[in-house]
Amino acid sequence: MKTVLAEHLVKTYRKGHVRALDDLSLDVEEGTVLSVLGPNGAGKTTVVRILATLLAPDSGSARVGGFDVIRHPDKVREIIGLSGQYAAVDETLNGWDNLVMFGRLYHLSKSAAVKRAEELLEQFSLAESARRPIKTYSGGMRRRLDLAASLIVQPKVLFLDEPTTGLDPRGRQEMWQVIEELVKGGVTLLLTTQYLEEADQLADDIVVIDHGKVIARGTSDALKKQVGGEQLEVIVEHHNVAATLEAVGRVSGAKPIFDEGLRKISAPVSTGARALIEVLRSLDADGIHPLDIALKRPSLDDVFMALTGHVAEDEALDDVSKKRGR
Amino acid sequence: MKYAISDAWVITKRQLLLLIRVPEVLIFSTIQPVMFVILFRYVFGGSITSGQPGGYVQFLMPGIFVQTVAFTLAGTASGVAEDMKKGLIDRYQSLPISRSVFVIGKTLGDSALNIVVLLVMGLAGFIVGWRPHSGFLKVMLAFVFLLAFGYALSWIGIFVGLTAKDARVVQNVGFLVTFPLTFLSNAFAPTTGMPKALQYFAEWNPVSTMVAACRQLFGLTNKFGVTAGTYPSTHPLIMSLVYMVLVMAVFVPLSVRSYANSAKK
Ligand SMILES: Nc1ncnc2c1ncn2[C@@H]1O[C@H](COP(=O)(O)OP(=O)(O)OP(=O)(O)O)[C@@H](O)[C@H]1O
Ligand SMILES: [Mg+2]
Repeated sequence: MKTVLAEHLVKTYRKGHVRALDDLSLDVEEGTVLSVLGPNGAGKTTVVRILATLLAPDSGSARVGGFDVIRHPDKVREIIGLSGQYAAVDETLNGWDNLVMFGRLYHLSKSAAVKRAEELLEQFSLAESARRPIKTYSGGMRRRLDLAASLIVQPKVLFLDEPTTGLDPRGRQEMWQVIEELVKGGVTLLLTTQYLEEADQLADDIVVIDHGKVIARGTSDALKKQVGGEQLEVIVEHHNVAATLEAVGRVSGAKPIFDEGLRKISAPVSTGARALIEVLRSLDADGIHPLDIALKRPSLDDVFMALTGHVAEDEALDDVSKKRGR
Repeated sequence: MKYAISDAWVITKRQLLLLIRVPEVLIFSTIQPVMFVILFRYVFGGSITSGQPGGYVQFLMPGIFVQTVAFTLAGTASGVAEDMKKGLIDRYQSLPISRSVFVIGKTLGDSALNIVVLLVMGLAGFIVGWRPHSGFLKVMLAFVFLLAFGYALSWIGIFVGLTAKDARVVQNVGFLVTFPLTFLSNAFAPTTGMPKALQYFAEWNPVSTMVAACRQLFGLTNKFGVTAGTYPSTHPLIMSLVYMVLVMAVFVPLSVRSYANSAKK
């Protein structure tokens, strides 16, 4: 069963000048994880807010748990949990206050709300800081508290908007663990992210969106195949470029790309570290010492490059270039 | 629907909890009026003749009460704007609670803050010589009146906060509006000294009618300004009630609607 089903969503801002969503459709099978992957300004938050009944689309329809988000928002709100892009917790209160308050708003009795708050604080390693004002929390703690608040009554469907943006690697790892636990518990999850790695780690399916449109969808493996798996990147001095292009091409089997400015030669490889060693041996035999050599796993940028033929533009840059165009 | 009242109460309690968790809020909302009490009582008090037994402070305190209550409007507005910015309103709106719960809870919570602030102000007034002599019931009635006024104003605060979105701007604008309003009134000095046009304005000013109403309830005979002789200056109690009803009639629906649509922008 499709627990989340969005069809032909269109949402415009500023009287139609910004098309945040442009005929976007997606669906999430019950009990699975869908990751919506896209750069800044792609429309991720807009989708999430429509599905969470906070925003009405200009056209198109969406159902969550079988309920139409426009006609039966109340029913939808009863089964969803939402953790928005920016941790929405009451800064002036402490962690315990926040969770108990939200518990009460989910109509738990006082004692049940307290019990649930304590469970969640424990589960999210916040028990020790429960009585400290949120102002003193780190970004990761805030994020975890926000997630906890969306889990007070176990939701059937969970929406997480960029749950790890702004977290350090450790915070991100912790958040991933928490999310994986939730998924094991059987929740249907839609999460947005800017990191392919994150989608890879957590999601069954991925939709890549840009400028409000779906530009690709599939499993993480399928997407990576489109990009070509790992990339080998070598930087050499100018007079060694030709020989290096040849060596990399031979190992990769594909025609390497040469970036003039960075003097970077890159090509997809399928044998991982082995390819790296082979290229190094071959360069060494020719007496070439690379300035830098690395094996890169595909990033969102690479996915974009492969799918759209252009680099994912930053929204700010986008604006600037539009203004210049005028 | 059956949860609406208990849900609103949860939000109200949040506002009260705030007073405990962030005592600065209470301190700063009382420190300024207390300063006003001291300033006016001892700096200007000597030169303003009131012709009232007990002296200027008898006139001053009702003015301070009304001003204090009026100033909390800016606090309500900036609090709401802050909640908007932090995404808290998104969270409330994704909860299975009725949409009016947040606004009702918020206004009640701010009234609760007013109770505490008025208590402190009353005490401060008592210390510097304020002695209402109309009897317990009438004094209580005056405070109920003040709270009702504050409650009506908090609906304006909600609306402003929801529409403006930037807490600092709201705070400043709130000040820019309430400050002149409280001074172009009979709150601190008789309106009789003002140019005629201003006298009319001052007498129609809801702050004046509120202050005059409180003075009446506290048992003062001279209400500081009936020169222009407008209806509001001679019937301050009724006019104050009319103003409150008007404010509520306009801003309750506006605020509720604006809250329901706030996420849709
Ligand atoms: N309230 C608004 N008014 C005007 N334009 C908006 C508004 N909200 C979003 N937009 C625009 O709609 C587009 C999509 O925004 P959205 O917030 O959904 O992107 P996003 O993928 O969540 O980006 P990010 O990664 O930065 O969070 C952007 O171009 C954005 O500028
Ligand atoms: Mg976003």
